[in-house]
Parts: sequence; C-alpha cells; structure tokens
Amino acid sequence: MTSPALVGATPVATVASALAAQPTAMPSITATNDFVVKFANVNGSGSASANELFAKAILRMGVPVSPRNIFPSNIQGLPTWYEIRVTEQGWLGRRGGVDLMVAMNPQTWNADVREVEPGGYLFYDNSKYVPPSKLRSDINVIGMPLTEICNATYSDARQRQLFKNILYLGALSVMLDIEPQVIEQLFTEQYKGKEKLLDSNVKALHLGRDYAARHIGRIGLTVRRADKVGERIFVDGNTAAALGCVYGGASVCAWYPITPSSSVAESFQSYCQKLRVDPETGKNRFAIVQAEDEIASIGMVIGAAWNGARAFTATSGPGVSLMTEFLGLAYFAEVPAVLINVQRGGPSTGMPTRTQQADLLACAYASHGDTKHILLFPEDPKECFDHSAAALDLADRLQTPVFVMTDLDIGMNQRLCAPFQWDDRREYDRGKVMSAADLESGKDFGRYLDVDGDGIPYRTYPGTHPSKGGYFTRGTTRNAYAQYSEAGPDYLYNVQRLLKKLDTAKTLVPQPVLRKAAQPARFGVLYFGSTSPAMEEALAALAAMDLHVDAMRLRAFPFPDCVPEFIAAHEQVFVVEQNRDAQLRSMLINELEIAPARLPKILHYDGTPITARFITSAIAERMRTAHGDRA
Amino acid sequence: MTYLAKPKLHHPSLAQNKVCYTRRDYEGRVSTLCAGCGHDSISAAIIQACWEMDVEPHRVAKMSGIGCSSKTPDYFLGNSHGFNTVHGRMPSVLTGANLANRSLLYLGVSGDGDSASIGIGQFAHVMRRGVNMVYILENNGVYGLTKGQFSATADQGSKSKKGAINTESPIDTISLALQMGATFVARGFSGDKKQLVPIIKAAIAHKGAAFIDVISPCVTFNNHAGSTKSYDYVREHNEAVNRVDFIPTRQEIVVDYAEGQVIEVEQHDGTVLLLRKLHRDYDPHDKVGAMNYITKHQAEGEVVTGLLYVDNDAGDLHEHLNTIDAPLNTLGAKQLSPGMAALEKINQRLR
Repeated sequence: MTSPALVGATPVATVASALAAQPTAMPSITATNDFVVKFANVNGSGSASANELFAKAILRMGVPVSPRNIFPSNIQGLPTWYEIRVTEQGWLGRRGGVDLMVAMNPQTWNADVREVEPGGYLFYDNSKYVPPSKLRSDINVIGMPLTEICNATYSDARQRQLFKNILYLGALSVMLDIEPQVIEQLFTEQYKGKEKLLDSNVKALHLGRDYAARHIGRIGLTVRRADKVGERIFVDGNTAAALGCVYGGASVCAWYPITPSSSVAESFQSYCQKLRVDPETGKNRFAIVQAEDEIASIGMVIGAAWNGARAFTATSGPGVSLMTEFLGLAYFAEVPAVLINVQRGGPSTGMPTRTQQADLLACAYASHGDTKHILLFPEDPKECFDHSAAALDLADRLQTPVFVMTDLDIGMNQRLCAPFQWDDRREYDRGKVMSAADLESGKDFGRYLDVDGDGIPYRTYPGTHPSKGGYFTRGTTRNAYAQYSEAGPDYLYNVQRLLKKLDTAKTLVPQPVLRKAAQPARFGVLYFGSTSPAMEEALAALAAMDLHVDAMRLRAFPFPDCVPEFIAAHEQVFVVEQNRDAQLRSMLINELEIAPARLPKILHYDGTPITARFITSAIAERMRTAHGDRA
Repeated sequence: MTYLAKPKLHHPSLAQNKVCYTRRDYEGRVSTLCAGCGHDSISAAIIQACWEMDVEPHRVAKMSGIGCSSKTPDYFLGNSHGFNTVHGRMPSVLTGANLANRSLLYLGVSGDGDSASIGIGQFAHVMRRGVNMVYILENNGVYGLTKGQFSATADQGSKSKKGAINTESPIDTISLALQMGATFVARGFSGDKKQLVPIIKAAIAHKGAAFIDVISPCVTFNNHAGSTKSYDYVREHNEAVNRVDFIPTRQEIVVDYAEGQVIEVEQHDGTVLLLRKLHRDYDPHDKVGAMNYITKHQAEGEVVTGLLYVDNDAGDLHEHLNTIDAPLNTLGAKQLSPGMAALEKINQRLR
C-alpha cells in the first residue's frame, strides 16, 4: 500500500509541493468553477450557516452553485451533509461524486472518505491523530488542527464549537481562492446592528485564512469570478410557495407540522406578519391555525373556502393519507382547496428527510369512489411561487382541490432561479360566484347546474341574500338544485359533469413545456418537477453524444391534449420519475390509454435527488439498445 | 316520517319579529327522522330561539357531521347555507368557515357518535380554540342511523334494545367541554323546551365557544326500560340546577322571581341572562365547582341540566388571532397582495 498523501499534518507550504514530494505522482483533480464540495457535519453544531455562507460567497462571485442539504430526522447529534455543486455552466441538478470532502464528523468518516473521487481532496480536523489506514492514498489529504486552534483562541465552549466552522470557511477561501471581502460583506449583512458578532466572525475567518496561507495554500479546485448569476435569486421552494400564497391572496392557512413542509406555513406566517398587517389598526388580514392534525387542517381549509376565503394547507405524504376522506368531500361537494404537498420518501413514515415524487397516485385519485384531482408540478422555487398563486385561482375557478406537488429537493434546498414577478394589475379569479344582485335579478340558481356547458356550476357564499341562493352542501348525492337525491339520473348528471369540469381544467392548468431536439428525434422523454435541472443537463450531454431526444416537461394533471400528441409523435417516450412504481406512467396509461410498451420507465428512488449522470446513462443505454434492435 | 310537503304560503297574521320574519321563516324541509324523535324537538327549539333572538336566517351557517342529528340542519332555517360535512369533522369545517367570515352565526349540530367517538379530537380542539359558535350535541347514547349500536356516551350497564349490556364507561361531554375550555356549557333535555329555548338563546348571545349537550331520546333504538337516555329515565332523574330567562338588550327586565334566588348575568352584547337558581349552592361562574357538582350528581345517577358554566369575559379565536374586523372573505387583491415593489425588495434580499 502506498502511503497516504498527507498534507498539512506536516508543515508544508502548498499542496503542490506536498504532491511533488510523493514518490509516485498522483493525478489531482484540477477544475475551475466546476466541482462538488461536500461538508460532513454533526447536526446541531452550527455548521449550516457557515456552509450557506460558503455557497453564497461563490454566488456573489458570479458563479452559480446548487446546494443540497442531506439531513436526518433529528435535532442534534446525527450526521448531516451539505453538498454544493459549483457550476459556471449553470447545471443545478445534483452531479454525483465529490471532489472536496470537508470531513467534520468522525461518525461518518469511513463513508465520507470513500466517497471522494480519485485525485480529489479530503479536508479534516487533524487535532487528533488519524492513522494512515483510515485514509486513502489516491486522494489529497489536508489536515488542519481546527480544535487545537479554537481551544487555544477561545475559552467559551460554545465559541470553540461555532468558530470551528468559520475557521474552516476561512481555510477553504484560501484553498479555493474565494475572495475574503465577499465573505466579509456577507457577514456585514448578516450581523447588521450586531457589531460584536461581526468582529468576532471576521476575526475567526482570518484566523482560518492565516493558518491556511501558511500551511496549506491553494489546491487544484478554483473559484474564479464570473458573470453567470445575473438577476437570479437564491431561495428554497417552501419559502417561495408561501410567498406565492401571500401574493395569490390566501387569507386562511391551516396546517399541521410535518417534514419537509413545515417551513411553508412558517414562512407564510412570517411574510404575513411583515406584509399583511393593516397599517391603521395593527390587525391581521390573515388567519393561521396550527391544527390538531391534517384532517382538521384540510377541514378548516374546506370550511374557509366554502365560505369564500382563499385557503390552503401545506403537508407531505402522511398528511395527504389522513386528508383523503375530506378530499372526496371537496371534490364531490365542489369546494375549492389548495394543498402544497412537499413530497418525501414513502410509504408510511418512509424517509421523512429524503426526496421522492411518490404521491402522484395518492393525490390524483385521493379518496374513495371515482375521484380525480388537479395536480401542478413546479420545477423550482420560481414555479413554486407561480403555481401556488395559480392554484388559488384554479381552485376557485374549478371549485375543487388543487395540489401543488413540490418535493423536499425543491422545497428545502436553496435554488438559483428567476426572480419573483407580480403584476400589480392582476385581479384574483374568484370563479363563478353569484352576488346578491345576480340573485335579485332573477337568474336561476342551481348549485350543481351546468349553465355554461363547461361543467362548472355557480355558487353563492353564505349570507349573501335573505331568501335566494341558500343551499345545503353535502357529500351525499343530490340533484342540480342541491336537493338530496339518490336517483340514478341525478347521480349521473353530477359525476359526468365533474368529468366535463376536468376536461375544462386541461385548458386552464399550466401547459407542458416542449424542448425539441436539434435533430428530428425517434424518441421522446417526459418528466416533471424537481427532475428538471438534471434533465436539462442530461439532454445536453446526450446531444453531445449525438443522441437526440425531444423532451416534454409536464406541469399539470389532467394532461392537456398536447401530451398524447407528443407521445403519438414518437416511437417511444421515456418517462423519468423519482418513485419506484412509475406513477406518472401509470396515469398516462390509465388516462390516455397509451400502450405501456411505448412508455419505457426510467426510475430513481433511493431518496437522493436524481442526477444528470443517471438519466444520461439510462437513456443512452436504451437508445443504443433500440438502435441495435433496429439494426 | 311524514311525506307531506310543507305549504310555502304563510298565514298573513303570523307574528313577526324585529327583523320582520315570522316563525315559519325559520323552518326547513320536512324532517325525515322517526316520529317522536327528540332531535325534532331540538330543531323546533332552535327555530324558536332564532326567531325570538331576531337572527336573520340567511346570516346563519348550519354545520353538521354525519348521523341522524347531523341530518337535522336540513329541517330548520331553510334559507341559510348549510354544510353537512364528514363524520366527526364538523368542528374543523366550522372553524375554517368562521375564520373566513366572522360576521355570521355558526351553528354546529352533532351527535354523540359524531362528537364523542370518531370526532372527539376535533370536539376537544374546537372548544380549546374558543371558536365563536353554538355547538349543539344531540345526545341519545346510540347509533341510530346504523340501527342501535352503543355510542361512547351510553352509560355503563345500560341495556341496548337487543338486550346487550354496555360495559364501557361513558364519556361525559359536559365535563369534557368544561375541561377543554368551552366558555359556555349547558345541558338540556329535548323534552323540556321551556328550559332549552332560553339556553340556546343565551348561547347565541355568548361570544366564544358555547356548548349545549341535549339529551335526546332515540324513540326507535334507545327509549326502552334499561336505557338511561329514555324519556322516562331522564324525566325521573333530571336534576335542573337553574332555569334560564333570556333578556335581549333593549327589553325591560320584568320577570317574576318569587321563588328561589335569581342572579343576573350580563353578556358581551349587553343582553342579560337571568338564572333562576334551583340549587342554592350552584354557581355557574365557578368552573371547578361545576365539575365537582356534575361528577357528584352523575355518580348518583342524576342528569344535571341547566346552564352549568359561563365565562362572560371570554374571547374568541378571532381575538386570539388579532384578525381585522372585516370578514376575510371580503378582501380582494388590493388588501391581500403586497405588490411588486415589496416583492422586488424580497428578491433583492435573496441575491
């Protein structure tokens, strides 16, 4: 066994000289603005804010980054990782592989060391001796006595822990050539009005930098100032969805805490407190209730929406399971409701802190009997904002539940995306609501009567008129005038009208986004939601391999007519999803009567976000097999 | 049940209340419940109370769950909007509706299966949230619509129509509501309209979570010897703590209180409750005392009725949430969307 490439444990000037001192030259990864750094931490150790600063510093240098939190369902003491892809080309999906591991957690040491790409870098705290057998000879090992320095500098136990993070941030800034002024500026913004904290953080940063300058130096990975970020913002999908609900006019929010959706309601609360308080009275133009469970949450949403307020809840898979009876009521009684479903790994408690797109069937057909619900599939935080606001309009227009199907990958990771936009002239679409004047003018009111031929009836809000427009809402069958009836024709009129309404919905939901290949393509690919950034990169990689695929990104269910047309126009259409059972594919087969063989499935469902590498190799392999078949 | 439709035309000389409605204007469709059902008497009491209270029928939202009792909102206040929700979940729908428009009167009607079994969670939480409502539990100790199974309020040892003995201990909804923070707690008996109507009126005037448990015998499945929710049993064991007289704000207080002690209870809206105390030691402002009293008499097999607890300074959910006075459902984009300028500031902070 060759000796590990130890750097920093013995005082050397730079990595390069350490490498040069080695008997056999080892190829080191060199890359500028295109590499992956992963931080292995213990959760609750204060590393999260230092890691975010690292990401933001690179962004401020004009280089796109795409970070991902990989965290346990726990508050303190368990392993947590923060993986940052530095990508001047702007590929925001997870790449896979690690070029630089910042290994701060002894618990996960072995796995973390194993994950580094050959020729990559391992940065660790060498205050305690690590035997060479615990290291690798094909990577660059960089030690820094973080604990020793902190213990020598700080007397307070908390400071010793917290500044360890800032120390490694300082060291990394030297190793990767990140501009220290940028980090200092971020500190200034973060500690505005808390000058004492600002000073001590800047001091810790330079303590780390000084050590690295003397003992480590630059490594093969470099951040170089660029101009590739532009006007884009850096935000997580849950914050964006919450803001979409603020702008979209939700005034009632009922929710029950569940990972990974809790921060939707919490952000809604905090934005409302800033933006929705009546300046004259100091009173709130919103009502938020943390309910006793998800059943009560959706019940409150339905009650509020029935009574004419815009209402939403945020939840995840287990919550949707609990809500299903109510969802059937809202579908059948035709009451608007908006649900932000931040999907996580299922079934059951599943993987609460991992990502999946595995609730499609549970949501599209939630509840007993023949039910169908509207689903929207945002691809990033920008669409979380847009779709949440749109969902409130759609729910009112269509008088039915609308799900915004985001997931943990979008919801809980900061993502670079287009800035939020709002047209101040925009009015809310409250749908078909009859006013007292409409009723007074003698218009016929049948709550479940299809007047316009689009399947959508008119409704009234309670309290509108003393003698007209009142009706009794129920989950039992009734005739077009809301009178109890179990007569076959009355039932058929209703359920067929509901199908017609779903047809109308096809034209109102966000339409698919088509990306034609550079050349005529025999194959197509369908995908949705958080698969988007990995798919964009995969399509570019496939094109570079001369493999051309037309791609369609679905943004909603029910599927607009262009979806079957797209499938019909290709020999085969790959369906790429992040679940085990190819749920979207089942829906395509079920709803559009497509022959299953036309829809090969490409599935990724281990709880980590899908990567471009995975998609590229899966599609390339199948296309080559198919080409081979033909030859 | 009867198959005769109610005539739409009203006699011209019917008395009108202050908002110009006759008592008939508060009626609903013909009841489909069994003849003699206690629930129909409660519907009649609701109609009477709303008429006497000058409530405009269309300003009431009737909410219910599933069961015989939950069907009744179709049988009163025909011009009001009603929402027959899912089993045991009326409280959450009522809460949401109340959040959307605080200016309506929310009348929740439920049964013992709906509130004490499947819906006990929501029952508890709607009380502790202080939702401004009148929650009437039509309590017959039996599942009528599914033909006679025991409910969670059936007394231990009571006998079903088929002869089975209930071995499980009962849930006392009055004690539960008290413990959960309801600020108006009363028990009535469907066979005693004289007591029930003023209780409902007082509950309507109360601001906060008002709960009324009404013992309502099921004539078909729970009115036999051995049942503790039968007309005979309740009449024999009824222990009324007080009689309520309800005095609207502008009306002069002229009631004859010759017998017993009378206390005045002024409500939020200026209305006055006159409690004719039948038991000297009973104080409806003393929550702990009320609990003791109820528990003690229950152990003796007595059904305590009357206004058992009232907190006149109670607040409601809207007060707790500090919501604006205007109903939330009247707000448009102007009041709800903070505008592009504010959004651009947010964008700037996210760079």
